[in-house]
Amino acid sequence: MTITSTYYLVVAAAIFTIGAVGVLVRRNVIVMFMCVELMLNAVNLTFVAFAKALNDIRGQALVFFILVVAAAEVAVGLGIIVAIFRRRRGATADDLTLLRDRDLLSDRVATSEDA
Amino acid sequence: MSSRELLDLAWIVPALPLLGAVVLLFFGRRIGEPVAGWIATGLMALAFVWSIVMFAALRDLPEHAQVNVHVLFTWLPAGLLHVDFGVYTDPLSVTWLLLVTGVGTLIHLYSIGYMHGDARFSRFFCYLNLFAASMLILVLGSTFLLTFLGWEGVGLSSYLLVSFWFERNAAAVAGKKAFVTNRVGDVGFLLAMFLIFASYGTLDYAAMPTGARLIGGGTATAIALLLLLAAVGKSAQFPLHVWLPDAMEGPTPVSALIHAATMVTAGVFLLCRAHPFLEASPDAATVVAWIGGATALLAGTVAILQPDIKRVLAYSTVSQLGYMFLAVGVGAYSAAVFMVICHACYKGCLFLGAGSVIHGNHDGQDMRVMGGFRRFLPYTAMGMTVAWLAIAGIPPLSGFFSKDEIITQVYLDHDYGLWIIALVAAVFTGLYMTRLIFLTFYGNERFELSAAGASPDALPVVSGGADDHVAGTEEEADSDPSPTVSYGEAVQYAAHPQAPHESPGTMTGPILMLAFLAAVIGFINMPFDGLDFFDQWLEPSFPHVPEHEPSSFFQGATLEVLAVILAIVGITLAYRMYRRGLEDPARDPLNERLGAVAPVLGQAYYYDYGISRLVDGPLRAFARFLDRVVDHRIIDGTVDGVGKLVKSAARGLRHVQDGLVRRYALGIALGAAALLLYALVWVGR
Repeated sequence: MTITSTYYLVVAAAIFTIGAVGVLVRRNVIVMFMCVELMLNAVNLTFVAFAKALNDIRGQALVFFILVVAAAEVAVGLGIIVAIFRRRRGATADDLTLLRDRDLLSDRVATSEDA
Repeated sequence: MSSRELLDLAWIVPALPLLGAVVLLFFGRRIGEPVAGWIATGLMALAFVWSIVMFAALRDLPEHAQVNVHVLFTWLPAGLLHVDFGVYTDPLSVTWLLLVTGVGTLIHLYSIGYMHGDARFSRFFCYLNLFAASMLILVLGSTFLLTFLGWEGVGLSSYLLVSFWFERNAAAVAGKKAFVTNRVGDVGFLLAMFLIFASYGTLDYAAMPTGARLIGGGTATAIALLLLLAAVGKSAQFPLHVWLPDAMEGPTPVSALIHAATMVTAGVFLLCRAHPFLEASPDAATVVAWIGGATALLAGTVAILQPDIKRVLAYSTVSQLGYMFLAVGVGAYSAAVFMVICHACYKGCLFLGAGSVIHGNHDGQDMRVMGGFRRFLPYTAMGMTVAWLAIAGIPPLSGFFSKDEIITQVYLDHDYGLWIIALVAAVFTGLYMTRLIFLTFYGNERFELSAAGASPDALPVVSGGADDHVAGTEEEADSDPSPTVSYGEAVQYAAHPQAPHESPGTMTGPILMLAFLAAVIGFINMPFDGLDFFDQWLEPSFPHVPEHEPSSFFQGATLEVLAVILAIVGITLAYRMYRRGLEDPARDPLNERLGAVAPVLGQAYYYDYGISRLVDGPLRAFARFLDRVVDHRIIDGTVDGVGKLVKSAARGLRHVQDGLVRRYALGIALGAAALLLYALVWVGR
C-alpha cells in the first residue's frame, strides 16, 4: 500500500475539523487556544502534502512562515490568557463579554464584577 | 508697430481706470480731495486718448477685416469649456470705448465739482473708476463670459453708487432694488450662455456669426429671448424698468454716467453683439421691437407728470432706450448704436444740467418751486436748452438724425403699428422735455414761495416763527429725508428760500461740452448717400444685415418731416401750458387737463405698486407654502426618513454584537463554509 497525498489531506481535514469544533464548543480559554493551534497545524500539513504532490517548494516555505507566526501568536495569546486569569479566577470564554454592545453590557457588568 | 499690434494693446483701455480704482481703494483716504478726483479723471482721459488710438488703428485696417481678436491668457481651461481672456476690437466695441471713456471723462470732471465736500469723496471716484473699467471689459471682452464679467461688474458698481449715500434709507433701498431687478435679467444671460455653449461648444464671439444660421430656429429664438431678458434688466425696459426711476437716489453724476449714458446701453450693446441670433429668429426680433416700442410710449406718458426733475429724466431715459430696442428689433443696428451715441451726449448733458440745477438750488429737486432759473444759472440753462432741442428732435441737432432714422427704419420694415407708436412717443418726448425746461428755466420765479402761498414780501415774517418750527419737527421725524419728489407728493417749499447760484467751472464746462456734442454729433450720420459715415463705419460689425433704404428721396424726406412736425406739436402743447410757469405750484395745468387719467400716468400705471402687492400677497403665500410644506415636510421628511431608517435598522442589528467569542467564531465558520460552498457549486461550474 502506498501512501498518497490523499491520506495526508484526509488526516489534515480531520484535525482541522476537530480544532474548529473544539473552538466552537469548548468554554475553557486554554483549550480553545489549543484548538486554534490544531487548525493551524492542519493547514500546515496540507501545505506540505501539496508541496510534495505538486513538486513545488513554495508550499514548504510558507509553512515556515506559519510556524513563526503561530509561535508569536502563542506568546502573545498565552500572555493575554495569563493576564485574564490573574484578574478573575476560573473565567470561561463566555464570561469575557466586555466588547459587547454597551446597552446590553450595562446590566451584566455589575454581576460579573460582583462575582 | 502695425495696426494689429496696436489693437492687441486694447486691454490698456480698461486697465487704466482699474488701476485708478485699486489705487483709490487703498490710498484714497490718504490722497483726499481734490487730488483723488483728478487722478481718476486723468486716468479716464488717458483711456480716452488710448481709445482714439484704437479707433485710428482700426480705421487703418482694410474694411472687410476690421476685426481683431487678441487672447491675453487662458482664463478657464475646464475640460470642454475653454475660455480665453481676450480683447475683441471691431467698430462696435471701439465705438463704445470712445463713448464710455469720452462721456466718462467729462462726468468724472463734473463730479469733482459736484462731490466737493463729501465725506467719502475719494471713495466715490474709486467706484466711478471701477464702473468705467467694468463697462470697458463688458464691451471689449472676446467671449460672452468676459462680457458677463463686465456685466456683473457694472451691476455691482451701480449698486455701490446708487446707494452711495446709504445713510439715507431711500438710497439704500433703491440700490438694493436696482441690484435685485438686475439679477432677474442676469439669469437670462446665464441661461443664454448655457444654451450657446450646449449648441456650439464655445462662447467666443469670433465663433458665433456663421453658426447661428445653421442651428434650428427654436434654439436661436430661445437664446435671443434669454439675451433679451438680460438686456431688458440692464437697460430698464418693460417689465424690468422699475429700478431706474428709483436709482435717481444716487448722486447726479451717477445718474448721468450709469443710468443715462453708458450702463443702461449695455443691453443694446449685447443685442447688437448677439445680432446673428436675432437675424436667425425673426420672432425674437419682433418681441424685441415690441418691448422697445411699448417701453418708449409708456415711459414717455409717465414722464409728462413727474414733478421731480431727475425723475422726468429717468423716465425719459427709459423711453429713449425703448427707441434703441425698437431699432434693434427691426434690424436697424447701426441706427440703434447711433442713437446710443447721441443719447449719451444729450441725456448726459441734461442730467449734468439737472445736477447743476439741484446743486444751485440747495438740493431741491421739485420743479414746481423752480422757474426762471436762466437768470441765475445762465450756462446751465444754455447747455440744457440745446440738449432739450436735441432730444426733442429739432433739426439739425443730433436727436433729429438719430430718432428720425429709427422711425424711418421702422416704417421701411413695414411695422406700421410700431411706427405709429414711435411717432406718438416722439410727441410725448417733446411734451415732457419742454415742460421740464420751462418749469425750470423759464416762467415765473417760484423758489421764494412758501407753503402758505404767501407772497415773497411776507416771507421774512412767516419764516421767523411757524416755518422754523415745522421744519424742526420734520427733521426729528426723518433726519435725512430723500430729496426725490414722487408724483402726488405735496410741493416741497424751501424753509429758507435762497436764490439759486451757478455751479463752478468744473461742472458747467462738461455741460457745455456735452451740449456742443449733442448739437453737432448728428452730422456723423446724415441720411444722405455717402454722408452716412457712421453706418459705413459700423458696417464690418454687422455683416450680412440687409439695410432698408427709402425708395425715393421724397419718401425719406416725408417721413422725416412728419416726425419733426409731431415733435413740434409736443413742444407747442407744453409751451402753451407752461410758458408762464405755474401760477400755483400745487396745481399743474397738464395734470388738471388729463383729469382722471392723470394719477394713472403719474403713478406709472401703478406698476410698481402692483408688483409690490403681487410679491407681498400671492408670491409670499406661495413662498410660505414652499417653506412649510415642501421644505419642512417633503424635503426634510425625506432626509430625516433616511436617517430614521438607518437608526432603526441599527437598533435591531446591535443585538448580534453580544460579546460571546464562540458565537463570533461560529459566524466566521459558517461564513467560511458558505463561501466554500459557493466556490464549489457556482464558480466551479
